[in-house]
Amino acid sequence: MKRLLLATALLLSTAAALGQDSHDHGGTQDTTAPADARDPHAYSGGFTRTEGPYALNNAEHGMHHISEPILSILGDHFEYAPDSNTSSYDMQAWYGTSFNRFIIKSEGSLAQHGEYKNQTDLLWGRAFTAFWDSQLGLRIDSKSEGKDRQWLAAGIQGLAPYWFQLDATAYLGAQGQSEVVFNSEYEMLLTQRLILQPRLELTLRGKDDPVNLLGSGLANAAFGLRLRYEFSRQFAPFIGVETEKRFGDTADLLRRFGEKNSESRYFAGIRFWF
Amino acid sequence: MHKRPPLPHSQSRRQLLQSLILGSVASALPSTTLGAQSNTIAAAARGTAPVIHGPVVDLVVEQALVNFTGQTRIATTINGSIPAPTLKFREGDEVTIRVSNRLQVQTSIHWHGIILPFHMDGVPSISFDGIPPGETFTYRFKLEQSGTYWYHSHSGFQEMTGMYGALIIEPVEDEVQPVERDYIVQLSDWTDEEPLRVFNKLKIQSDMYNFNQPTVGDFFADVANGGIGLAMDKRRMWNQMRMNPTDLADLSAHTLTFLMNGSPADANWTAIFKPGERVRLRIINASSNTIFDVRIPGLPMQVVQADGQNVKPVSVDEFRFGPGETYDVIVAPSDDAYTIFAQSMDRSGYVRGTLAVRANLEASVPRIDTFEQLSMADMMGDMGAMAGMDHSAHTAPIAAVDHSAHAAPAATVDHSGHNMAEDPLALPSKTVRHASTEYGASVDARIDTPRSNLDDPGVGLRNNGRRVLTLADLRSLEPLDKSKTPSREIELHLTGNMERYSWSFDGLEFGDSTPVHMRKDELVRVILQNDTMMTHPMHLHGMWSDIENENGELLSRQHTILVHPAQRISFLATPRDVGQWAWHCHLMFHMDAGMFRKVIVS
Repeated sequence: MKRLLLATALLLSTAAALGQDSHDHGGTQDTTAPADARDPHAYSGGFTRTEGPYALNNAEHGMHHISEPILSILGDHFEYAPDSNTSSYDMQAWYGTSFNRFIIKSEGSLAQHGEYKNQTDLLWGRAFTAFWDSQLGLRIDSKSEGKDRQWLAAGIQGLAPYWFQLDATAYLGAQGQSEVVFNSEYEMLLTQRLILQPRLELTLRGKDDPVNLLGSGLANAAFGLRLRYEFSRQFAPFIGVETEKRFGDTADLLRRFGEKNSESRYFAGIRFWF
Repeated sequence: MHKRPPLPHSQSRRQLLQSLILGSVASALPSTTLGAQSNTIAAAARGTAPVIHGPVVDLVVEQALVNFTGQTRIATTINGSIPAPTLKFREGDEVTIRVSNRLQVQTSIHWHGIILPFHMDGVPSISFDGIPPGETFTYRFKLEQSGTYWYHSHSGFQEMTGMYGALIIEPVEDEVQPVERDYIVQLSDWTDEEPLRVFNKLKIQSDMYNFNQPTVGDFFADVANGGIGLAMDKRRMWNQMRMNPTDLADLSAHTLTFLMNGSPADANWTAIFKPGERVRLRIINASSNTIFDVRIPGLPMQVVQADGQNVKPVSVDEFRFGPGETYDVIVAPSDDAYTIFAQSMDRSGYVRGTLAVRANLEASVPRIDTFEQLSMADMMGDMGAMAGMDHSAHTAPIAAVDHSAHAAPAATVDHSGHNMAEDPLALPSKTVRHASTEYGASVDARIDTPRSNLDDPGVGLRNNGRRVLTLADLRSLEPLDKSKTPSREIELHLTGNMERYSWSFDGLEFGDSTPVHMRKDELVRVILQNDTMMTHPMHLHGMWSDIENENGELLSRQHTILVHPAQRISFLATPRDVGQWAWHCHLMFHMDAGMFRKVIVS
């Protein structure tokens, strides 16, 4: 638990640092307004957008501002690994505006003998700086082996300097179970359409969860590379490879049950959004 | 894909031909593409717009079918043509324009650049309630100006789908520059996609139409040229700040087809002249989202009017203009044929037409210029000020800026050269004052050291070997009244967040904003500082914007001002008509995303 608290503290301090990451550019991206900042309503003369001497009765009708919520669905990867005959997916959908969103993140896999696992996060996301959203909600797990768990979730998602996409979430479950999942992606444009995407995912655990073959500490790390070709920005097939390694108590647990501590897999899949 | 009938033809014959061609296409399409009513929608006329002479005009807004790309789509038209009819009036006319709405949704028409009573300005929810389906609205106003203007819908995406036309007001006195030929060249853009869908896609992935992005190959090319250190340096600030130096346009030719008088490049719209004639071209940027660079290779253009207002003639090879702006140029062609070439600022596409002694001639069409990334000046503004450069080296005779943060509205002023310098409002202020709302999630960067010079043609046009028009070149033919000093200064910042596709003034999207209040007949100075890395054509309705340089000299009178990235621009305005007015970026999607303010004059 201590290690997890440490990890969470690290996460939050990273978030704070990310919010303040550009002091060295003359403050062009500072996130706190100085005390003498200009009042943006100083020129209003006390009038509002809908009230004033010439306001129309129907002032909001046909207003020039599109701020209705929209729905976005990203199938980041739907892929198939022939070696293990396993299909897996990772998707993220949101409904909302530029600054406030309801988010569903779901990932899972289905193997040849019907083993499956799935985890779904239901989150409320709120922009707290230009590049970062805070996210708060629940996570629901479901799997064919082990014990399903439910979690409270709190995290941040956004774009770090040098264009790294980051998503870090801390989870708190029943019986003191806790977990921090951190993942980062980067898009390397080989051409305008051929894109190599490295992806790193780390999972840290607060305490042992033997029934799910998970130990405390750094539980596993996965590093993947996906090479996709964007026939359109919204549809791209890809091929990829991913290496996953378990560490510490998790590795011990797996060893005890005769399972492997690391594996690599090759796969092909598609990415799409609409 | 069918070939368009050759131009020019009589309007009726072309219309008939297109009806036949498009009619057969439309009936073959599934109803989901065009809607069940498509059988009853006529094909739009394209090419040189028909002319309607005032002062009494009847306009009908209705859907029509168009095919600019091989795909038939539904457009929103005025009197069934794209562009809409050219309206010709005389200065001093009391005009009556009856607009009938045959759409299923509300419509409106805004008379862009015309000074008139606010309830005739045609902006729904600000000037009036819009024109409901099935109804007719009568616009009545007196024209107290002359020149080249245009008109367009101010409702939804109707302008983007075809609702735009030229509005020409002949001066009471003879034209200052008489010519033998006079043509309207209306540039616009078209997308086969549904505009709201395009907008929403940008909300999801804002660089989705950008195919100029930096690649790994570019990086290694820079390493090969200058070593890894230089290659890293060039990218450091952009990457740290998460700013994309290739973000010159949100919409590119990937979805847009560029049009000249309703004709794509391959239709080659042609203007005929006789050798020896002087030709006036009234060039209007009626596009929804495209900033164009226009030139006629081999033929210098003498700019005689900007935004409908006469300017001292200035000869240039090229000019850049944003949606809403107009330039009148006079050319004296001597060869048989010239290409009128308009490439989009992001270099993703172009449209061309031909100026020729007879139809079916073509001159060589230049290649699109090489794409150029934004410079550090576009990102950070005045690099000299940034580096703490000695201000005595500046060419501008103005004052040094006190860089230590302070609340004084004007910077420390060099008193040596200016008698007016005692008045803090004699010169535009240089002290940057960011709004407190610029520090939130809606703003991805702020400029602390803006550039206020007006002689920058902008990214992609610098040092291209051609004489490119800048704001510094424009001088009103009738000198602007400089006898008074403004009573106050309004500073507003143009802001945005490209990742979230949010656009605003002072970090406040329109829905969160309060109006800007101006007093009738006051002389007010407006400072627009562009804190974004995009170029914004800013259009203030209801009053003129008189451009002012760093020395407080008034240069030219505009209705739409193109503000470069990291630029701080100043203009004087005198609101003469009370009411409510719109003020917005004329890139339609920036306006719709929130870069829009209401102005109240009382």
